[in-house]
Amino acid sequence: MQDWINTIIQGVMTGGLYAMFAIGLALIFGVMKLVNIAHGDLIVLAAYVALVVTQSLGLNPLLSLVLVVPIMALIGYLLQRGIFNRTLGGDLMPPLLVSFGLSVILQNGLLQIFSADNKRLQAGAIEVASLRLSDAINIGLLPLIQLVLAVLVIAGLQHLLYRTSIGRSFRAVSDDLRTAQLMGLNNKHVFGLAMALSLAIVALAGVLIAIRANFDPSTGPTRLIFGFEAVIIGGLSSFWGTLAGGIILGVVQAVAASFDPGLQTIAGHLAFLAVLAIRPAGLFGRTA
Amino acid sequence: MSETPLLRIDRLEAFYGDFQALYGLGLSVMPGQIVAIIGANGAGKSTLLNTIVGLNTARRDAITFDGEAIGGVPPYHIVAKGIALVPEGRKLFASLSVEENLVIGGGVKRPGPWNLAKVYELFPMLAERRASAVTELSGGQQQMVAIGRALMSNPRLLLCDELSLGLAPIVVREIYVQLRAIVASGMAAVIVEQDIGQALKIANYVYCMLEGRMALEGAAGTLTRAAIADAYFGV
Amino acid sequence: MPRALTVSRSSPMTRVASAGVALLVAAMVAAPFLASNDSLRLLIDIYLYVALACLWNFLAGYAGLVSIGQQAFVGLGGYGLFVLAAKAGVPPLVCVPIVGVLAALLSVPIASLLFRLRGAYFAISSWVVADVLRLSAIRTYYLGGGSGMSLPAQVAQSIGKSPHDRFVAVYCVAMALLLIILAAIFLLLRSRNGLALTAIRDNELSARSSGVNVDRTKLIVYVVTAFGTAMIGALIFLQRLRISPDAAFSVNDWTALVIFMVVIGGIGSFEGPIIGALIYILLRETLSNLGPAYLMILGAIAIAVMLVEPRGLWGFVRARWQVQLLPLQLKVVSYKGESL
Repeated sequence: MQDWINTIIQGVMTGGLYAMFAIGLALIFGVMKLVNIAHGDLIVLAAYVALVVTQSLGLNPLLSLVLVVPIMALIGYLLQRGIFNRTLGGDLMPPLLVSFGLSVILQNGLLQIFSADNKRLQAGAIEVASLRLSDAINIGLLPLIQLVLAVLVIAGLQHLLYRTSIGRSFRAVSDDLRTAQLMGLNNKHVFGLAMALSLAIVALAGVLIAIRANFDPSTGPTRLIFGFEAVIIGGLSSFWGTLAGGIILGVVQAVAASFDPGLQTIAGHLAFLAVLAIRPAGLFGRTA
Repeated sequence: MSETPLLRIDRLEAFYGDFQALYGLGLSVMPGQIVAIIGANGAGKSTLLNTIVGLNTARRDAITFDGEAIGGVPPYHIVAKGIALVPEGRKLFASLSVEENLVIGGGVKRPGPWNLAKVYELFPMLAERRASAVTELSGGQQQMVAIGRALMSNPRLLLCDELSLGLAPIVVREIYVQLRAIVASGMAAVIVEQDIGQALKIANYVYCMLEGRMALEGAAGTLTRAAIADAYFGV
Repeated sequence: MPRALTVSRSSPMTRVASAGVALLVAAMVAAPFLASNDSLRLLIDIYLYVALACLWNFLAGYAGLVSIGQQAFVGLGGYGLFVLAAKAGVPPLVCVPIVGVLAALLSVPIASLLFRLRGAYFAISSWVVADVLRLSAIRTYYLGGGSGMSLPAQVAQSIGKSPHDRFVAVYCVAMALLLIILAAIFLLLRSRNGLALTAIRDNELSARSSGVNVDRTKLIVYVVTAFGTAMIGALIFLQRLRISPDAAFSVNDWTALVIFMVVIGGIGSFEGPIIGALIYILLRETLSNLGPAYLMILGAIAIAVMLVEPRGLWGFVRARWQVQLLPLQLKVVSYKGESL
């Protein structure tokens, strides 16, 4: 029984990480109807940026976030204004194909620069620290921090969206692009900010997962798919739904892995396909 | 009058892809004036307003505002210069509350008398419903929000596209009474209206458009019904 | 006196081009008698990539279904052939159409799931389906698990005694497959379904309101594409004599490359993917020492094309010089045959 509880707790906390992958995707889709296929590869890029920062400055990865987050945010802004803004406005194919091309370029570029070797960020003692809840139930400190961060990020985003002027701009632009310009909003700039925010979250998620698991240039697509599955399972209606989706995905994967580690990813895929078959709007989404 | 026009349109053309909507239009608006533009559906009235505010491109010197050529300038710059549009169909932001819609209208932060308090003074009903979703309001109330939103940018030129659309006549009358008061404070306005009677009542000067061209113009009092009907229907 | 007007697909230019195509096909048929093994291998590569590109374009450029999971069918075709040939003793070349039919049948339930999503969500889901197949293959001992399986020597021998004979046999099947796929796409585009597709490509909502059965048309395209893609997969791995999950379901080889080809050549036109595939092969043969960087370069070119000229090379040429090689588009012509 305690094993089950431990497994589910593990899954919940991993789910928080998946939710963070998903939030970045969902934000961009909400604001500008763009699905960034390179999203997962950008998560991996953040990990490599953190690697370079920690190696050259001797910082703990968690501290390196202070640099990695702004760097990724800047990359996001430039990416949006330089490339993605030109693809928006009607046809769905250009943004899809351009982000797919970007994904391939990122993977191969990272491969050229860093080789295919597995890497991991070393965070020191915090990696193995744990909280004892009872004799048999141990919660890893780092995974717990991840879950708490995921909740904080979502709460922060909700606050940003509903109580700040930039959030108002995001919502207005998402409602009606043309009329938003009449409010003195420069759409190009607003989109750039949204992508910058998305990549800031990506930076956080990327560094966190790079401490927990190995990464290499080809691990991007998996991150994208997990984030995507969390979005679909949870439904598109709210960020809290996305968190729920991430947690469900994490739990499904953890339970499957407890039977056989090789079943982890495929169990998540099957759960996603099941939700697609039975309730395409997502478990917490509004139907139609 | 030797005043320079606040807004001057000169040989304006506008296209939607290959389709030409405006053919060499010209008009002027003096400071403090209310100009009405009437015409049948498809005459190009909304296109004209959209082009003035920058939603369509135009030749640089086709539109001059306060002496500055603004054709083709992006909308967010034009709003900053002092032109605001109350769009056809209101086009309020559905995800924003009444108050948020008003506040975002002031995003451009132009100096002037209009602020949230003054808009609520003008339309007290909105103050009561400030936190409501705009979708819960009646048509007339939504129109008030749309006007208030435009006023929040403290424009010197207010463009109004079909204020009366979808509203009961009594509501329309009420709105135009308020409009007269608003504009009296020094703004100029261009009103696009289907309701010819209302347009003639409120405007100083009238233009009638037909299929992308000006068919008739004149001071409101001097135009006969017959002349207007001819120009409207293209007889 | 008004001239009589008719609507026609052909013009002097298309008649010349059609004659050219006939000559080309004749050359293709003659090749096995004249070409060396290396040339045959290159030609087989060309045919298979052209076919893959045309099929992907058919799915994405005409039906609007941008799939990044077609590798699912390539892998299904490859594994299907290996299982049937190596385990069940079916003659390898006979396996090819069988595998196509099996994939077509499987594609129906897959489509019923995937069609619930649109646009980029459809795309990513198609990738998930392919990944499910890949992971399943890794875990299936019968298929050799993660390291895959080889085609036994006697199975390879059954196609032809000498390497040259085998190349010729595979060449003939590949050529036949390409011509059948091209002919099928061509005829479908000329048919009522084809008009429906062009309508869907241009504006799905209008197509629906005009009475086009959009869902059925898309399903037909998806199934036909799966059918063709699986057969190509079968031939690819028959040639390699080895299959593994990562090779069979590789996104880079069967999706990324193909997409780049189609985008550069010209998405949404018949000739575009052919040109794109030829450009790719040309680059590969001349720049082969670049290694994995070539994928980056192709990706960068594809992005640039999408940003600057989304219709691709052929789309640009066609619009700029009013060129039309194949009798696919309807034109209004006067009775004398001059187009208006």
